[in-house]
Amino acid sequence: MTSRPPRISRTGKSLIGFTYMLFIVLLLVPLLQIVFGAGKQGMGSFTQSLLRPEALHAMWMTFSVVVVVTLLNTFFGILTAIVIVRGDWLGRRVRQLMNSIIDLPFAVSPVIGGFMIVLLLGPHTVLGAFLAKVGMPVVYAFPGMVLATLFVTFPLMVREVVPVLQEIGTQQEEAASLLGAYSWTTFWKVTWPSIRWGVTYGVVLTIARSLGEFGAVLVVSGNIINKTQTMTTLVYQDVDNFNIAAANSVSLVLAVGSVTLLLLMEWAKKRKGVQADAH
Amino acid sequence: MNAVLHHKGVLWGFRTTLLLYMLLLIILPIAGIYVQSLSGGLGVLVESLTEPLAWQSVWLTIRLAFMAAVINVAVGTVSAWVLHRYSFPGRTLLNSLVDLPFALPTAVGGLMILLLLGPNSWVGQLADSMGLRIVFAEPAIVVAMVFVTFPFVIRAVQPLLEEADRSQEEAAHTLGASKWRTFFQVLLPQMRPGIISGGMLAFSRALAEFGAVVLVAGNIPGKTLIASVYIFGEIESDNPQGAAAVSVILLTLSFLILWLINTLQAREGRS
Amino acid sequence: MHIEVRDLNKWFGQYHAVRNVNFSIEPGQLIGLLGPSGGGKTSVLRMLAGLERPDSGEIRFYDKVVNDVPPQERGIGFVFQHYALFKHMTVFDNIAFGLTIQKWPKDRIRARVAELLELTGLSGIEKRYPHQLSGGQRQRVAFARALAPEPQLLLLDEPFAAIDAKIRKELRSWLKSLIDRVGITSIFVTHDQDEAIEVADEIMIIQQGSVEQKGTPWDIYKTPQTPFVAEFIGESTILTNVHTLKGFDSTSAWPNSKALIRPEYIEVGRVGELRLASASERGIVKALHFRGSEWLVEVAVGELTLKTYRTLENPVLQIGEEVQVLVHRIYLFNEDDHWVMENPLKEDPMPVHI
Repeated sequence: MTSRPPRISRTGKSLIGFTYMLFIVLLLVPLLQIVFGAGKQGMGSFTQSLLRPEALHAMWMTFSVVVVVTLLNTFFGILTAIVIVRGDWLGRRVRQLMNSIIDLPFAVSPVIGGFMIVLLLGPHTVLGAFLAKVGMPVVYAFPGMVLATLFVTFPLMVREVVPVLQEIGTQQEEAASLLGAYSWTTFWKVTWPSIRWGVTYGVVLTIARSLGEFGAVLVVSGNIINKTQTMTTLVYQDVDNFNIAAANSVSLVLAVGSVTLLLLMEWAKKRKGVQADAH
Repeated sequence: MNAVLHHKGVLWGFRTTLLLYMLLLIILPIAGIYVQSLSGGLGVLVESLTEPLAWQSVWLTIRLAFMAAVINVAVGTVSAWVLHRYSFPGRTLLNSLVDLPFALPTAVGGLMILLLLGPNSWVGQLADSMGLRIVFAEPAIVVAMVFVTFPFVIRAVQPLLEEADRSQEEAAHTLGASKWRTFFQVLLPQMRPGIISGGMLAFSRALAEFGAVVLVAGNIPGKTLIASVYIFGEIESDNPQGAAAVSVILLTLSFLILWLINTLQAREGRS
Repeated sequence: MHIEVRDLNKWFGQYHAVRNVNFSIEPGQLIGLLGPSGGGKTSVLRMLAGLERPDSGEIRFYDKVVNDVPPQERGIGFVFQHYALFKHMTVFDNIAFGLTIQKWPKDRIRARVAELLELTGLSGIEKRYPHQLSGGQRQRVAFARALAPEPQLLLLDEPFAAIDAKIRKELRSWLKSLIDRVGITSIFVTHDQDEAIEVADEIMIIQQGSVEQKGTPWDIYKTPQTPFVAEFIGESTILTNVHTLKGFDSTSAWPNSKALIRPEYIEVGRVGELRLASASERGIVKALHFRGSEWLVEVAVGELTLKTYRTLENPVLQIGEEVQVLVHRIYLFNEDDHWVMENPLKEDPMPVHI
């Protein structure tokens, strides 16, 4: 890192030029397109499309899903990571199996992820019918959307925390227990400070993913206006209705959220790095 | 014995909660798809798969996802190398931008491509005048897939470059190797594991992509209808049998890739 | 603290890491567990600490079985190989950790930490974080942290392994004098025999999970009880045909035995330099290695090559020079037995009184 050549050759310059072009064309221009697209239609139309009742409701739905999913995923993600790395009572084989299972959602298309929940808990299934009867329908309702998003985001937190736990090793925790600290104290005073930036990064990733989740939610929610429609499924519907301007406005809000999250990601990554270097 | 998970009762609670959570959230649903696909017997599964629209959509998806992965391997490797090797103004900014497709909702990504390359944009009109079709045709699907999977190769190659010893490169120079030779014989082999696993991740993600593609593909059955959109259509038209059949193909393919990546990484880790 | 260990066994899967280990330790002693890496020393230490559960056997502190006592309640200080300092805490907070857990009042904690900082020579750096310390300082912090709650027993796992060779020696004598001053029963693990010999009151040699020998460093050096110990401690050469050496012809009675000879068992000198000329024999200097404070001399005696030291005070030998070689004793061993044999010719039949 430190010993970079002072002068850049002509090949180097053209490669840098290529990279700049690539990033501008592939990433920056599309992003700016959304901004200018919204700007072109004017402020009035922009706010108007955002103040539609269905848009407001979609924002509320997205917000609720993000909050619930982030809380649950953070809790279970940390728990899973601890068990995988530290749970020697489970046996190596079982933990290896768990370790591979965690990655499965990465390999499952979101549409299939949603479809699985429909198959399992849809209104035609025994369990789904029962839950609907007791007043807690899952599919085409909020719980299903949360489940689908949880499925999709599950690996994110675990994959952030596992390497940190492996890296810090068990000795600090053992030292704490020999100094008289029991599990809970050891976790909060010794383990948590070491994993907290990894967790922060995982939280940001989870928020980003649940904010943007589309396929799984579309299938599970049924995309019912003013009921189960989220911001992303609203964009889809607006495009389907050829209401590009409205889609653009909602997208701009989502894009601003994503870019903010991207900045947060960079920040969390840097903090994580600082902590990892401070050995 | 373990310092954090010490207490017996806590331990039991942890184990049960966690295994139940994983079972309910991941294993059961995935198993459900396989069960559903076979619920009508093997004959029905084969019938659903021999439906021309079904296998055409699967084949189209594999073909286009492969193209997207190849493109990403090429541009991703170069970008990762440039971002690592050269220091130039804006480098940090570009490096942060890499993750944009991960952060951006895929539906927004799809809309962006639609606006940029659609019939109303100047690119779209230019292409139209040359008799080319971008949006609602294969090129747009590939663009959407490339966009969504852009970070994979870069993010897989970068850590390897960070780890790689600059002195190896310098050693090659002192031994008289030219720049290109050094790149191909010293640097590229170091990046290879990242290129392969990043490329496979990109391929598997492109296979699964829905949000970005559904908005730009036009979804013309037999022509631009990719597998995940086909599945969605089958669910919408209340044909879980057909949806499950294609899902099983797609899932199995993705699991195979995931398994391949894991074995490759395990082997790299051992050597 | 009086420690008693009986028939201790530990398996890791198929691997029998600790085999039927028995020992007892008197209060106030400083014990070194010495042996090759992977020999089970650390496992013994971790079982004493309660970090690992024995598969069978008993550990008693003050005559009470502690097998089921969790580490939190054993009252043991432990210094880890890489110190395991809490990275996110200052030196002060690290040392105070055990005291905060025990809910000591703040002013007493401050006083105790100050005392330990003084004792370990760390005063003035209590606000620093572990990554801002040198290796030696980290070790001292780890030591202070372990001592803070006034444990009855101090366990140290390879305490010097992660420190530069130069500072290591300094720290060794510092640690020994400190432990003596505090008067705490201590056990440390090491694979470095110099370290064990220099620091420990008693050494336990552990190999392949079993205790080979326990005793003072001098005892172990002088009368090794197993071939392993003889070979592990000190420098040595192993020879098969020692009956060709003058004075050791009777060893041909044990044809399958091998002999271990230490450099310090052998004396070498120019012709006429050695006193017991009758017991010595002729050899040729084959090689000379300067060792900084002495010469290491390789001498060929008949078919055999022997290694010995020669002080820098004596005249320098030349390669090819004919010298007198006197073998004082050898250590003989075969599959069933082992014994030390003194050179019988050393009993000078006609002592010259000066």
